[in-house]
Amino acid sequence: MSAITVRNLWMEYPGQRVLERINLDVPAGQFVAIVGASGCGKSTFLRLILSQERPTRGSILLDGVPLPDDPGPDRGVVFQRYSVFPHLTVLKNVVLGLEIAASPLIGKLFGPARARAIAEAGSYLEAVGLTQARDRYPAELSGGMQQRLAIAQALVRKPKVLLLDEPFGALDPGTRADMHELILRLWRDTGMTVFMVTHDIKEGFALGTRVLVFDKVRNDPQDPSAFGATITYDLPLAEGKRASPKPKGDVPCSAK
Amino acid sequence: MQRIINRRPDRLIALMLGALPFVIIAALYLTFSAMRLAENPSDKLLPSLQTLGDAISRFTFHREKVSGDFLLWTDTFWSLRRMALGLGLATLIGLVFGVANGLIPYIRAGLAPLISVIAVIPPMAMLPILFIVFGLEEVSKVTLIVIGVAPFLMRDVALRVAEIPKEELIKAQTLGASTWQIILRIVLPQILPRLIDGVRLSLGPAWLFLIAAEAIAAQSGLGYRIFLMRRYLSMDVILPYVAWITLLAALSDYLLRLLSRNAFPWVAAGRGR
Repeated sequence: MSAITVRNLWMEYPGQRVLERINLDVPAGQFVAIVGASGCGKSTFLRLILSQERPTRGSILLDGVPLPDDPGPDRGVVFQRYSVFPHLTVLKNVVLGLEIAASPLIGKLFGPARARAIAEAGSYLEAVGLTQARDRYPAELSGGMQQRLAIAQALVRKPKVLLLDEPFGALDPGTRADMHELILRLWRDTGMTVFMVTHDIKEGFALGTRVLVFDKVRNDPQDPSAFGATITYDLPLAEGKRASPKPKGDVPCSAK
Repeated sequence: MQRIINRRPDRLIALMLGALPFVIIAALYLTFSAMRLAENPSDKLLPSLQTLGDAISRFTFHREKVSGDFLLWTDTFWSLRRMALGLGLATLIGLVFGVANGLIPYIRAGLAPLISVIAVIPPMAMLPILFIVFGLEEVSKVTLIVIGVAPFLMRDVALRVAEIPKEELIKAQTLGASTWQIILRIVLPQILPRLIDGVRLSLGPAWLFLIAAEAIAAQSGLGYRIFLMRRYLSMDVILPYVAWITLLAALSDYLLRLLSRNAFPWVAAGRGR
């Protein structure tokens, strides 16, 4: 399906360098887990793939073509929070993506077109197990159900790449295990490329077919923001394989 | 002994406690009115129930001799017309500019400074200018309400738009939504309940501006009437008019609250958590 190539990527904010010298080739269909302590630019990297921000230097290619300047339907996303629309019911949250695609002027469908969209959205809700809750509002759902909804909503436009930013960080352990199963199943069924940021190293190794560790290699004790993080470990794992090569543990990002 | 902060009145007692101040005020009024009228039967300050009733029926059910109007209803019609036009326009302006201001950085850069300057001009100080520019007719009164209320609504809406989590806007873009679709499907529906709240808060100032404008220059309207009657010390007319204005204001607030509650069930869902 879709490959991501990153060429010599740097990201700097005024007075602060977040990422430096990132080079990466991700073939289509990989499940890439990105781990590292907070403040090491994992989420920044995800925002760059999302086109939410522009890199200072370097480029990101999707299937050999530079990324567009804006977020778009080719890259879906699930955030830790606020990914779903509070004013729409579960069903309408998913139908929205189809309506936006089919109706540029008012973003709403009527009659048979609407019925088809509802049927299609219903199949996604069934895939994430939310059929029972289709008429409820997000505020009436548990945290896990809200993330299921966010995933269904992200899949409805059939993105080439799915970006997950700490998607299960706010969930309790039992729910989290269910969600791991769900996301692995959806990934296998769709064959899309997945990037998942997590600070739970175990989670990264359990889900990913490849684990990237972000950390700073250079550090200036006088000016912690002088150097950015880069990929310090790039560990390929066999699909379905559980954590075997243990990294050097939970090293905090040197800048902290 | 239970602490007083933990003791709650039941429904009936709460109702009676709520009614008590009204009863006391009414009783005081009647007592002092009777005392003053016993001393001087033509006293105008605290008219008796009889006199009040006569005035109400004169203004409500009988045509005025010169104009042939039922004065209370004519006054109410004109005041509500000005109010509806003024508030309606202010709401529309507040919504359009507020959303544009809150969502589109280039518009915010161009408009925000101007809006914050306009918002601190005391609207009543603008009234003479409005009368000079727009004349003494309807336009100047409606404009005063718009000028008084629109900047507040604009800023309120812009703040609410800015409060929508960035994640939602990014998510909408990853679903392929254009700016227009984001406004239509994400921003407007989430802003409308807040806008109604803003309009409810603006009702007080709007009535203030309306009555002030009518008091200074008008040939009709509730504000015009009470200031006209002041010249004759006609408390028997002024008191019912003030009560009527209060009722109208409370009723419009209630209707807006009802609309907000029934039109946006998701707001209640969010509060229930």
